[in-house]
Amino acid sequence: MSQALASGAAPPERLPRCHACIALAIGIAAAIAWSFAYLAVDYRQLVSAESMRLMAKFVGEFFPPDVSPAFVAKAAWGALQTFAVAAIGTVLAMLGGGALALPAAGRFGVAARLAARLVLNFLRSVPELVWAALMVIAAGLGPFAGTLALALHTTGVLGRLYAESLENAPMSPERALRDAGSGRLTAFAYATLPLVTAQGIAYALYRLEMNIRMAAVLGFVGAGGLGQLLYFHLSIFQQAQAATLLIAMFVLVFAVDSLSAFVRGRLLPAQA
Amino acid sequence: MSAPAAALERGATLPDPAARGRLTALVVAIAVLWPLLALAEFKPWQLFDGGNAEVMANFLAGFWPPATSAEFLALLAKATLETIAIATAGIALAFVVAVPLAVLATRSLSVSRIGPAPQRALGAGARTATRAVLTVLRAIPEVVWALVFVRALGLGPGAGVLALAVTYGGMLGKVYTEILESGDTRSARALLEAGSPRIAALFYALVPNTAQELASYTVYRWECAVRASVVMGFVGAGGLGQLMDQSMKMLNGGEASTILLTFLALVVVADAMSVVIRKVLA
Repeated sequence: MSQALASGAAPPERLPRCHACIALAIGIAAAIAWSFAYLAVDYRQLVSAESMRLMAKFVGEFFPPDVSPAFVAKAAWGALQTFAVAAIGTVLAMLGGGALALPAAGRFGVAARLAARLVLNFLRSVPELVWAALMVIAAGLGPFAGTLALALHTTGVLGRLYAESLENAPMSPERALRDAGSGRLTAFAYATLPLVTAQGIAYALYRLEMNIRMAAVLGFVGAGGLGQLLYFHLSIFQQAQAATLLIAMFVLVFAVDSLSAFVRGRLLPAQA
Repeated sequence: MSAPAAALERGATLPDPAARGRLTALVVAIAVLWPLLALAEFKPWQLFDGGNAEVMANFLAGFWPPATSAEFLALLAKATLETIAIATAGIALAFVVAVPLAVLATRSLSVSRIGPAPQRALGAGARTATRAVLTVLRAIPEVVWALVFVRALGLGPGAGVLALAVTYGGMLGKVYTEILESGDTRSARALLEAGSPRIAALFYALVPNTAQELASYTVYRWECAVRASVVMGFVGAGGLGQLMDQSMKMLNGGEASTILLTFLALVVVADAMSVVIRKVLA
């Protein structure tokens, strides 16, 4: 929010020039121009009559989707597996993130805080698909590799968010319990934990929504679920089947999004 | 766990006030997760299974030392620049896609909504249709779009840029709409009621209140785009991902670890840049 206006100060005749903003705007414009120049992609190719025709033909092959009962059952099973991968991955990440958030919030000293943050940053900075490619080597092809990959990346994300909400939570309830002679664990479990639980679950649900999308994709490197089916059918040019799988993906994403939005609304009425 | 000291002094054992709720939650969670574990083929012991463990151990042992040959580093620098360029160009196009859609979908900019106007149903219909377009754009993951555009444009960064433009266009559009509607919309309404055009109401009433939030979300999405453009390399859309895919397929651990370190550096730099940009805008 604009501070000057919010504080009710009389607006100046002209807003003061913000040199940093101008520099930033020029910098961003230059970066965008450089990016397009560096990539030097010929987008005219995309709108040329020939490639338009090819694209239209390619897209046209997706219709009508394959709705034979056998294939729909296969797609539904794939969707269920994708959901399982995302859900288990998120739960594991909640546990791992929670465990790492405690040191990352500075509860065990400065050294532990820095070490935990480094681990979290590393887990977070490696994309899920890369983790999945690694885990496929470790655990073999299949949904388990995808679950581990999601768990590792999401641990990094949730751990950081959890650490921040732990740091932002008011310390006085825990201090009160500690001063009254309660143990560290009890004080944490009954004073600070209830303050951050709702937010923590909301974060996890939000990540679950993203993980559903990601789990659908992880199959591309052989980690099971809808993605693996989609990659398979696209690579043998069975677009009708691919269309069914895309619809299944859409339905799954929509269902999980609505459910999670509903639960999150219940959890955090003040922020909904 | 020690019971509260005061209770101990009185010699009483207080019941745990949160026990029942937490126990119920735990039981429900286990009941729901159990079948999912089976479905996800959750078998941690596979990790330590002779064959797999050996392959992974060999591969991981190859991670050290990271590859530092001049030839590979040159390749890596080129791929890194390409990744950043894909993310930046993709976000720029996504912004162009998102802004008009967001303006169309924002309820607080609707003129027909103020009074009983003949086009009222038309306006509401247009907003719903725009929202549906935004949903379709972002429902399909960027990697799938990339796979489709690779068919059209051939292997290379172009497919990645377009995939980002489509998916992130949908995401930015939806979130811009939400941000514009969640702020204080009374000033926009006042302007519209006084007969101002919608674009003026947008720039003089809604944007000043929400500029920082809009900018910081866009920067956050750019950060995500950097990560996503890594991922899209796996389907042949150029950049670091393509390099990583090649190194992984050849089980070249040294190269893979150099690339992983580059990811880490890239994310840290992107983080730092978003902090700087947000500070300037504050």
